[in-house]
Amino acid sequence: MNWIKILGLPELASEHGKALDELTGYVHLLMLILFIGWVGYFIMVLLKFNRKSNPKADYVGVKSHLNTYLEVGVAVVEGVLLIGFAIPLWAKAVDYFPTAADNPIEVHIMAQQFAWNAHFAGPDGKWGKQDIQFAAATNPFGLDPNDADAKDDVVCLKEEFLVPVNRHVICKIGSMDVIHCFKLPAMRVTQDAVPGLSIPVHFKPTITNTYEIYCAQLCGNLHSGMKGSFKVVSQSEYDTWYAAKSKAGGGAGFE
Amino acid sequence: MANAKTTSHGTSADQAHDHHHYEPGFWSKYIFSTDHKVIGIQYGITALVFLLFGFILMLLMRQQLAKPNQPIPVIGPILEKVLGTDMVNSGVMQADLYNAFGAMHGTIMVFLAIVPLAFGAFGNFVTPLQIGAPDMAFPRLNMASYWFYFLGGVVMLSSFFIPGGAAKSGWTSYSPLASIADMAHWVDGQTLWLIGMVLLISSSLLGAVNFITTIIQLRARGMSWMRLPFFVWAQLVTGFLLLLAFPPLEAAGIMQLVDNLFGTSFFLPTGLVVNGSQLPVSGGGSPLLWQHLFWFLGHPEVYVLILPAMGIVCEIIANNTRKPIWGYRSLVYSVLCVGFLSFIVWAHHMYLTGMGTKISTFFQTTTMMISIPSVIILTALFISLWGGSIRMNTPMLFALAFLPMFGIGGLTGLPLGLNATDIYLHDSYYVIGHFHYVVAPGTIFGLFAGIYYWFPKATGRFMNETLGKIHFWGSLLFMNLVFAPMFIQGMKGMSRRMYDGGATYAGNASVLGLNTFISHAAIGLAVFQIPFIINFFMSIRSGKKISSDNPWEATTLEWSTPTPPPHGNFIKEPVVYRGPYEYSVPGAAKDFSPQDQQA
Repeated sequence: MNWIKILGLPELASEHGKALDELTGYVHLLMLILFIGWVGYFIMVLLKFNRKSNPKADYVGVKSHLNTYLEVGVAVVEGVLLIGFAIPLWAKAVDYFPTAADNPIEVHIMAQQFAWNAHFAGPDGKWGKQDIQFAAATNPFGLDPNDADAKDDVVCLKEEFLVPVNRHVICKIGSMDVIHCFKLPAMRVTQDAVPGLSIPVHFKPTITNTYEIYCAQLCGNLHSGMKGSFKVVSQSEYDTWYAAKSKAGGGAGFE
Repeated sequence: MANAKTTSHGTSADQAHDHHHYEPGFWSKYIFSTDHKVIGIQYGITALVFLLFGFILMLLMRQQLAKPNQPIPVIGPILEKVLGTDMVNSGVMQADLYNAFGAMHGTIMVFLAIVPLAFGAFGNFVTPLQIGAPDMAFPRLNMASYWFYFLGGVVMLSSFFIPGGAAKSGWTSYSPLASIADMAHWVDGQTLWLIGMVLLISSSLLGAVNFITTIIQLRARGMSWMRLPFFVWAQLVTGFLLLLAFPPLEAAGIMQLVDNLFGTSFFLPTGLVVNGSQLPVSGGGSPLLWQHLFWFLGHPEVYVLILPAMGIVCEIIANNTRKPIWGYRSLVYSVLCVGFLSFIVWAHHMYLTGMGTKISTFFQTTTMMISIPSVIILTALFISLWGGSIRMNTPMLFALAFLPMFGIGGLTGLPLGLNATDIYLHDSYYVIGHFHYVVAPGTIFGLFAGIYYWFPKATGRFMNETLGKIHFWGSLLFMNLVFAPMFIQGMKGMSRRMYDGGATYAGNASVLGLNTFISHAAIGLAVFQIPFIINFFMSIRSGKKISSDNPWEATTLEWSTPTPPPHGNFIKEPVVYRGPYEYSVPGAAKDFSPQDQQA
C-alpha cells in the first residue's frame, strides 16, 4: 500500500477509496513500464541507427514478431484492468448502495451559484414536502413551510454540515441553476450536480476531521470560490449537533 | 530511367511556363484563389496567427494564476482601456475575463488554429500533390471553405469587444451555464461563439466533402489504395470524422442559439432557480443532451487533431530513416479502426453525469479498444526506426520527439478512460496535462515538423537549421516543464478552470507553488518560439536555395513537381509504379525510389 503514496494523492479518509487508489497505482505502474520500455528502446535506436553509426539503412528492418506479442500483452493487461477492476469498482460505487440494515445517513445536497446546501430529514426521519413554488434564495430545497414533516428538517444553508464517522453516508446531489460538481477529494468521491436530476453517491468516512467540498465543474465567474466543507465527527457529537440544529432552524430560512 | 524526371535535377519553373498559360491577377491569385496550394498557405498563415493569439491568451491567464489578483504589468492597463473595467480593473484581470480567455483559448486552439493547420493547410497543400492530382475536386468549394473559416474567426475575435465580452462558459459551453452566464445582454459573447461555430463547422464540412471526393476520385494512374502515402490515409479518415461528427454539433449549436435568444428550452430543465428567483423559461429540456451532442463531435475531434500529425510524422520518419515504414498495412487498418471507434467513445467524457454500470461499461470498453490501434500506430512508427540510417535534421527532430510525447499523452489517458480511476481524476489538472501532451508536444510538434519539411516545396528555400534546432530543443524542454507539473497538481486534487489557481482550497497548498513554476516555463516556451517566427519570415526571402525539386531525396509524388508547384501541379500526368516508402531498395542505384519512377 505504501508505494502508492508516490502518486501524491491526498490522505485517504473513506472506506471504498483504498481500492480506487490501488487501481490508480496499478494503472500508473503499467504506464511507467510501457513508457520506460519505449524510451529505453528509443534511445538505443537513436544511438545505434543514426547516420554516423549506420550509414546504410536496412530495407526490411525488424523481422521478429516480438512487438505483436507485446501489443497482445498490452491488450490483455488493459482487459484485466477493465474487467477485473474498473467495472466491478464502478458497479460498487453506483449500483450497490448501503441498505436500511447498514443504517446510513442520508443527505440531500443542493448546489447553487456559488455555494453548497445540505438537507437532512430531521429526528422524525421524514422528509418535508418540497415544491418549486417555495424555492428561493433562503429556501434552496423549496421546503413547504406549512408541512409538519418539514418543521424538524435540518437545513444547512451555505454552511458546514456534519456526518458521523464510520457510518455510511448517502448524498443525493442536485443543483438549482447550472451544472456543478460535488467533489470530496479525501473521500475519493466526485459527482456532477445536474439541474433537474438528483444523483446519489455513497461513502463511509473513516477519519474524523474537517474536509473541503470542491466544485469541480465550471459554474460561473465565482466558480473558484465555491468551496464548501463538512465535518466528520463522533456519533455523539453528531447527535448533539443534529438535535440542536433541528430545534433551532426546523427547515431553516423560512420561518 | 531514360525518360524519367525532367524534375529530379534542377528546378523546372521554366518548363512549367511552357505548359501553363493561366495567369490570374493579384486578387484571384492570392486572395480569392481556387488553387489548393494558395488556399493551403492562406489556411496555414491564418492558423499560425490564431495559434500565436491563443497562446498569448494563455500567457495572460498564466500571469493571473501565478500572481492572483495582482495587476498585469504593462498589458493590464492596455486591456483595461480596450475591454473596459468590467474585464480588467486597476490592471487586474477579472474572473469574467479569465473565464472568457479560458473558453476562447480552447476554442481558438482547437477550431481556429490546429484543425485549420493540420487539415486546412497541410491537407490542402500536400494531399493533391501526393496523390498526383492537378487540384482539389471542387476548387470553389475549397475557396468557400477558407472564407467561411476566416469569417468564423472574425466573429469569434469580435466577440471580445461587445458588451459583456466573449463567451465564458468553457470551450465545451455546457448548458445551462452557457445560457445564463450573461443574462444582462440579449446578444452576448455566447451568441457570437455559436454563430462563429456554425461558420467554422460549415467550413469544415465543405473541406471534408472536398477531401474525401478528391482522394477517392483524383488519384493518379497506378495510385492504388495500398500505394497511398499514410498522410493521405490520415487525411481521408479525418475527412470522414469531420463530415459525420460535426453536423450534430452544428444542430446543437443552433438549438442552444435559439435557447439563448428566443426562449426555447432544448437544454434547460424545468425549475431553474437563479439568484433566488425562478428562470422564466418553459423548461423540460435536458442539459445532458447538450453534452452528448457536444462530445459526439468532441471526441472524434481529438482524432481530427492527432491523425494528420501522425500522417506528417510518418512521412518524415520514412524519409529520414531512409527505409520503408514498418507495417504500412497495419498502420492503414489501425487508422481505419481508430476512425470508426472514435464515434463510439464520446460518453467517457461524461462518466460523472450519473451514469449507470451498463452504459459506462460500454463506453470504457470501447475506450480501451481504441487504445489498441493507437498503440499499434505508435509501435509501428517506433519499430520503423530500427535498421534505419537516421538523419537528424529539424523536421526529423520534431517528428521523433512526437513519439514519446504523444506516448505520454496516450498513456495518461488510461486512468481517465477507466471510469473507476476517473472518479478522482475527473476535471482535475491531470486532465489538462493529459490532453495538452496529446495536442501540444504531440500534434503541434507534428505540425512544426511538417512546416520545416514542406517549406522547401512551397518556397524553394530551406528553413535555417540552426534556428530550427534552437526552436526544437527549447520547445521540447519548456513544453515538458509546462505540462508535466500538471500531473502532480492533478494528483493532489487541484481542479481545472480556477480563476485564483486553486488558492481557495487548503488541499492545494502543497502544489500551489507549481503555478508560478508553470507560468515561468510558459514564458520560456514563448521565448523559444521567437527563433521560429524569425526563421519563417527570413527563410522566405533569404533561406538556403534548394538545388533540386526533391531536396530531401523523398519518394512521394509532391517532390516530382516543379518548385514551387505551378497551377495544375504536374508538368505531365504522373503514373505511379510502387508503394510510398521505397527507400534503400536492395539493388537500386540510389537509396530512394520515387513512386513515379519506372523500374
